[in-house]
Amino acid sequence: MVRYENKVVISLDINGETQTLAVRPADLLLDVLREQLGLTAAKPGCLNGDCGACTVMVDGWPAKSCLMLAVEAEGRSILTVEGLGGTAAVQKAFVEANAFQCGYCTSGFLMVCHALKTQHPSMPEECVVEEWLQSNLCRCTSYREIRKAVQIIYQQNMP
Amino acid sequence: MIPFDFIYYRPDSLNEAAEVCQSLYVKGKSAVYYSGGSEVITMCRAGNIRPDAVIDIKHIPECMPLSVDGQHLNIGSVCTLNQIKESNLFPLLRLACGRIADHTNQCRITLGGNLCGSIIYREASLPLLISDAQVTLFGPEGKRTVSFQSVFQGRIQLKQGEFIVQVHIPTWALSARYAHIKKTAHEKIDYPLVSLAAIWKDGNLRIAFSGICSYPFRSGEIESVLNDRTKPCKERAGQAVDLLPEPAYSDAKDSGEYRAFVLKNTLQALLEEWENGKI
Ligand SMILES: Cc1cc2nc3c(=O)[nH]c(=O)nc-3n(C[C@H](O)[C@H](O)[C@H](O)COP(=O)(O)OP(=O)(O)OC[C@H]3O[C@@H](n4cnc5c(N)ncnc54)[C@H](O)[C@@H]3O)c2cc1C
Ligand code: FES
Ligand code: FES
Repeated sequence: MVRYENKVVISLDINGETQTLAVRPADLLLDVLREQLGLTAAKPGCLNGDCGACTVMVDGWPAKSCLMLAVEAEGRSILTVEGLGGTAAVQKAFVEANAFQCGYCTSGFLMVCHALKTQHPSMPEECVVEEWLQSNLCRCTSYREIRKAVQIIYQQNMP
Repeated sequence: MIPFDFIYYRPDSLNEAAEVCQSLYVKGKSAVYYSGGSEVITMCRAGNIRPDAVIDIKHIPECMPLSVDGQHLNIGSVCTLNQIKESNLFPLLRLACGRIADHTNQCRITLGGNLCGSIIYREASLPLLISDAQVTLFGPEGKRTVSFQSVFQGRIQLKQGEFIVQVHIPTWALSARYAHIKKTAHEKIDYPLVSLAAIWKDGNLRIAFSGICSYPFRSGEIESVLNDRTKPCKERAGQAVDLLPEPAYSDAKDSGEYRAFVLKNTLQALLEEWENGKI
């Protein structure tokens, strides 16, 4: 049985690299990504699981990193926007569709869309796309453009 | 940030989990079981709870299955709502899970967490209340399997240190006629004004509700009224609303009167669909 008290040293697989970190068991994944690793793409918003600004990918599925302990991420594969490298299909599609205004929500949407394409390599039904995108909020209401970006990813069959 | 420390345990077996919970209890320490963690984290962050320890039960093999064994569909308590949805083994539960929170949260929220959460809705309980489901619990006194309905009175009645291992749904329910309706005030993704799950067994309607009162429930009196097909649908729906176990729930967002109004219309529409053979 794992038992962690006070500060513990753990290894996490983040963006394909093993990171060894000292964390408190109560540390949130979001805070560890941002403050210990300088991976600031995942954004703090509501911190309640409502907005999705903090979304990352865990083992290929979207996850709100404000609602996950860093110690739980041991043995899982974490992907953040930094791990997409700047030229991923989803990033290009967002640029092509102008799918942002202030950009605060963009990292979260990018990760949801990347996870959607990972789990559904071929265009899923409209209701599936809608269901996945409804997990995130955009206060600048770029929703139509974000929807367009998803269309571009599938139409151009970008990987 | 969670502004205090706790000890994190990740047991590999039922016994380890119950033993560590019990040993903390006898030392006067507070511990919570931790599954999807979304509620525990939020409540710790907001200062609603301050446990000395969290016991993460997600690595216990008995809490993980999601399969039919011949007579029952067995669902481990740490299965996420999304896993239950994707399996589509119990279509009514699939619909109920698919309307709790949003898709990303459904990848995280677990069946056990929803059933035991402190948020009043616990919508995954509705299909279990009407399908003769059983639940296996484990604690310092060992394992027991009991009828879900008998142990869930608004919220699950657990003994000190007990946790949910699995729920078991008889196979008749997996292919029965069913309906699921969730009404929210504005957005599709929101807590319910009224949420209901219905299933038909031997031609009779069974129904359970969330949102309309301060806890989820199934009521024999309401079912009797709704099954009296000698009366018009509108009358039956009105009578059912008069039989709520407590006054309709009011909060800052929606009044009890409004919830009762929505329930009455929803029930009438459901009964009419049934009468017209559309369900
Ligand atoms: C954005 C958002 C929207 C939501 N919308 C809805 C909604 O529409 N309808 C609805 O019904 N709920 C909704 N919820 C509430 C959610 O279902 C509960 O908060 C649920 O408790 C979270 O499950 P979890 O697995 O993350 O729980 P945890 O945080 O792991 O646990 C919650 C509680 O259950 C206990 N627990 C967990 N597993 C077990 C077990 N196996 N045995 C015994 N005790 C256990 C824990 O000790 C804790 O007290 C929403 C939550 C969020 C974040
Ligand atoms: S910051 Fe995590 S969902 Fe809003
Ligand atoms: S672009 Fe501003 S919040 Fe979405």
